[in-house]
Amino acid sequence: MKETTLPNPGLQAMPKDNSARFQRREHHLMLALLMPALLIVTLLLIVPLGWMIAQSFQVNGSFSLEHYERVLTDGVYWRTFGLTFRISFIVTLAALLLGYPLAYAATVLPRRWSLMILALVIVPFWTSVLVRAYAWLILLQRSGVINQTLMGLGLTDAPLALVHNEFGTIIATVHILLPFMVLPLYATMQKIPRDLMLAGASLGGSPMHVFWRVFFPLSLSGVLAGMTLVFVLCLGFYITPELMGGGRTVMASMLVSRNIQLYVEWGAASAVSVVLLLMVVSIFYLVSRLVSMERILGVK
Amino acid sequence: MNQVRLSRVLFIGYVTLVLLFLVLPVLIVIPMSFSDSRFLSFPPPGYSLRWYDAFFSSNGWMSAAQTSLIAAVSTALIATPVGVAAAYGLNVSTHWSVRYLKVLLLLPLIVPIIIVAAGVFLSYAMTGLLHSLPGLIMADVMLALPYVITAVAAGLQGFDNSQEMVARSLGMNRFRAFMAVVLPQIKPSVITGAIFAFIQALDETMVALFIAGGQNQTLTVRMFTALRDEIDPTIAAISTLLTATSFAMVMLVAMARQRTTA
Repeated sequence: MKETTLPNPGLQAMPKDNSARFQRREHHLMLALLMPALLIVTLLLIVPLGWMIAQSFQVNGSFSLEHYERVLTDGVYWRTFGLTFRISFIVTLAALLLGYPLAYAATVLPRRWSLMILALVIVPFWTSVLVRAYAWLILLQRSGVINQTLMGLGLTDAPLALVHNEFGTIIATVHILLPFMVLPLYATMQKIPRDLMLAGASLGGSPMHVFWRVFFPLSLSGVLAGMTLVFVLCLGFYITPELMGGGRTVMASMLVSRNIQLYVEWGAASAVSVVLLLMVVSIFYLVSRLVSMERILGVK
Repeated sequence: MNQVRLSRVLFIGYVTLVLLFLVLPVLIVIPMSFSDSRFLSFPPPGYSLRWYDAFFSSNGWMSAAQTSLIAAVSTALIATPVGVAAAYGLNVSTHWSVRYLKVLLLLPLIVPIIIVAAGVFLSYAMTGLLHSLPGLIMADVMLALPYVITAVAAGLQGFDNSQEMVARSLGMNRFRAFMAVVLPQIKPSVITGAIFAFIQALDETMVALFIAGGQNQTLTVRMFTALRDEIDPTIAAISTLLTATSFAMVMLVAMARQRTTA
């Protein structure tokens, strides 16, 4: 290690040493420590991404906007992006409606209960997506528990088609993404001082009034973080719609994989990827101007 | 007052229903896996271990499970030191580039996984790493790094840096000071990061669908292909085992954290 060559080891230990040399050395050390991680991300992600961006602007080796023209004018692509957005909106809203009360309960209930709620959120979170999609396939199939119950109650005569369609995709996706809503919400709610609620109540506000006028506005940054995370993750979902959608619910990510695996069309696949990536990056960028990036991503 | 109580009951009822929605689907797979029937009716007509037997006596499933386990353990072993080094580097530096490098390292989480998969596929197709175990492990390491880095960065934030400064002013070099003073204190977050890396690699499906194959097919890829064809109860047995593994790992994380607060 280079450090040992310094004459006085105490010198480098000064935290706020302003000498340019010290700063430079710290910077070099940082780069050296980051190198393995940066190398892996660069080789496996950045370089191929650059190649894909280049491919998306090329037809037979010369510059062309043909791929983008197709993505932006072809009905199939439009329908797919439209469906992807619709599913993402529905999933995000459903996750908010289910997740907000859960996070609120984890915040206000006694510690024993709130730990229990958090455990019940975290265990499914770390369960494989495949396992959860499989569970929903079992539950929602024609002879599954839900159809049996509905028929037993006399609510329907014939089993309903609950899976291999958009409905099944949405249910399973909400289930898989719900923890991504609850965890940032809970992180935000936990930081809201309880005194504020007490103050509101002591001034004569009813619990409902205090909630809507004091607590809810203060939790909005968590709402934004959770909604962003769920929406963006849903935009790129692949495994769940592929298994639950029965081949009819084609989402944007499936356009990418089909163009690569079935048609070996890297130009088209790259153009779809670039459009998808642009959407995700601009959403993150816009939201990061309101809420810090770490708050959105520092969940797991 | 009565109205307050009513809304309280409604609220608790709603929360309970949401929790059931979260947990029941994960739990229902467990009784299914012990069914003695080919058909996935609930409750199962009788109980047996035949689907576990089907899993453990199948060469195909066993070799896939082996690949997945090797990949997950190797990923934890590689991603942890690489991630700890990166998190430490990001923590000590005040350079302007830190912010951008942080985002760069979080990219595997931000970029939609299908695009990551396509990118990795592309770079492996060019370098001949397709269907290879080292290729699979390297991709898993990249995907695990953001988790390790965030976990360790959180640990470092709670650590008082002047302790390291003291150790170094007493003559320890930086590496020894890190190993002797910093590492023992951030150990829980390092363990957490390692476990996250392990689970992430064990559950990873998307990238493996593109790059794993032949001898090195993973458990999740095999499950995915099997699920597309039919709902075979063997998968219930595998799902139960996977869920039990994840549960045990989450428990380990909870224990690692408990020790710091105690």
